[in-house]
Amino acid sequence: MSDDYALEVDSVTAYYGSRRILDDVSLRVGYGEIMVIMGGSGSGKSTLLRHMLALNKLAAGSIRVLGLNIARATGEELHKLRRDIGVAFQSGALLSSLTVGENVALPLREHTDLNDNIVQISAKLKLEVVNLGGFDQLYPAQLSGGMIKRAALARALAMDPKLLFFDEPSAGLDPVVSSELDDLILKLRNSLKMTIVVVTHELESAFKIADRITVLDHGRILISGTVDEVRNSTIARVQDLLQRRSRPSELSADDYLERLTAHVKRA
Amino acid sequence: MVERADGRVQQAMVQVGRAAIGVIEEYGYWLTLVAESLYWLVVGPFKGRPVRLSAIATQMMVVGVAATPILFMLSFAIGVMLAIQGIYTLRQFGAETQVVLGIALSVVREFGPLITGILLAGRSGSALAARIGTMQVNQEIDALTVMGIDPVRYLAAPVLVAMMIMVPVLTLFADLSALFGGAVFCRLELGLSQIAYWDQATSFIAAADLYQGLIKSVIFAALIALVGISNGFAVSGGAEGVGRATTRAVVWSISYLVLADMLFTYFLNR
Ligand SMILES: Nc1ncnc2c1ncn2[C@@H]1O[C@H](COP(=O)(O)OP(=O)(O)O)[C@@H](O)[C@H]1O
Ligand SMILES: [Mg+2]
Repeated sequence: MSDDYALEVDSVTAYYGSRRILDDVSLRVGYGEIMVIMGGSGSGKSTLLRHMLALNKLAAGSIRVLGLNIARATGEELHKLRRDIGVAFQSGALLSSLTVGENVALPLREHTDLNDNIVQISAKLKLEVVNLGGFDQLYPAQLSGGMIKRAALARALAMDPKLLFFDEPSAGLDPVVSSELDDLILKLRNSLKMTIVVVTHELESAFKIADRITVLDHGRILISGTVDEVRNSTIARVQDLLQRRSRPSELSADDYLERLTAHVKRA
Repeated sequence: MVERADGRVQQAMVQVGRAAIGVIEEYGYWLTLVAESLYWLVVGPFKGRPVRLSAIATQMMVVGVAATPILFMLSFAIGVMLAIQGIYTLRQFGAETQVVLGIALSVVREFGPLITGILLAGRSGSALAARIGTMQVNQEIDALTVMGIDPVRYLAAPVLVAMMIMVPVLTLFADLSALFGGAVFCRLELGLSQIAYWDQATSFIAAADLYQGLIKSVIFAALIALVGISNGFAVSGGAEGVGRATTRAVVWSISYLVLADMLFTYFLNR
């Protein structure tokens, strides 16, 4: 069973302090699939990603990545797993003390015995893949937003991962650059059969690249299905998100008053 | 009224309790850092994940070489000050020629290690907290972790080793600079020749005095590194958080330094 999916998230609940951020989230991603996790800003997408990367501890539920239950895994197992996954963070998270080329070369230097020339050539090739050929000598601070995302993608691809995570590839980019990134993601899947999990709040990009879409809202999954299933969903909240309608008030008048005046009663 | 006072006492106790737990947690974290660094230094090479010598060398340059001019100036000034005070005090007994003994011992046992430690706490401790804190804020630490590059191995261990090598070396340098400061002043004030001064100084300093200073400096090095690293890793809350961590690192490492120095001096001289 665990070999059928690249990623299995089962009934995951997560908190920051006492605030519940994820509530009974389950989803599966098959091998070679592009799964887009969609949802408004603050809906818990990045938090879910952090759990899938074993950066945060689960409160409840389980997550299997490439067949490995990451909550139970030993340090060595996690280490081996991490060589098979690539992650491009929302902010890029390139090491600012290293050049772009050194950033992309870093995983190769740390995990392989390849000699330095080969490492550098591989790094340059990855930069070519993301259209950053010739920029390897620059430092992250010298790059534009779009270039940082692409450099982060190149670093995520350095070890030829089986599973790629990409947080908000298009956030803050102009439409042309963002569309180029979408094409790149499709190319990676089509030519390398990579399994890709993309987190985004951009509808257009989601519909363009996704095989399947999971819609998160306030830490809960509204729907998880193919692009058409999501598009034709009759769930009102999903349609609200798709039509970009603003959120209807979920509070009753009394609750609303309570929220506004809670501090008065407490004092 | 009574209830309210009770509530306040309770609140205060809870706060004290929290602070205590925080401090104990921090010491626990230091132990973890030391244990993990040792693990990577010893076991890492066999797993193909060594602590890189190049990283240690870089940190040694950062910690040490750039600090030498200012350290020379500070130590030289301390040496001169010790000479002034010593001569003034001893003159009252007509024993000012004994000043070299005072300078030599206080420099090697106390002032050399302390001034080096305080300078490096201000210089390297803060820089360390700021560097690691900024990396934390920019998610660079997370990025390292998910790439399978252990942040302790990659960032913390090299600094810890570099500090524990460089601080004793710099302490020796500070000792010499301070003694030199004393020599210059004794020459001007007492007309004591350089040869006589250094002759006396070296004959007064026993190996035990030198060791005492150097052992202290190794402890200081570890304290500065641990305070800087732990404050850096603990940063949350953006640029402001980095600022707070930097200040905290300097204040705490200097405080720990002085306390450790006192305890050390007390136990070593019983
Ligand atoms: N480190 C953190 N500490 C406390 N709360 C956080 C932290 N990170 C995110 N949150 C909260 O968790 C919720 C979900 O955030 P996030 O997962 O980043 O959303 P998204 O990526 O969908 O925009 C938000 O309400 C946010 O305020
Ligand atoms: Mg996010």
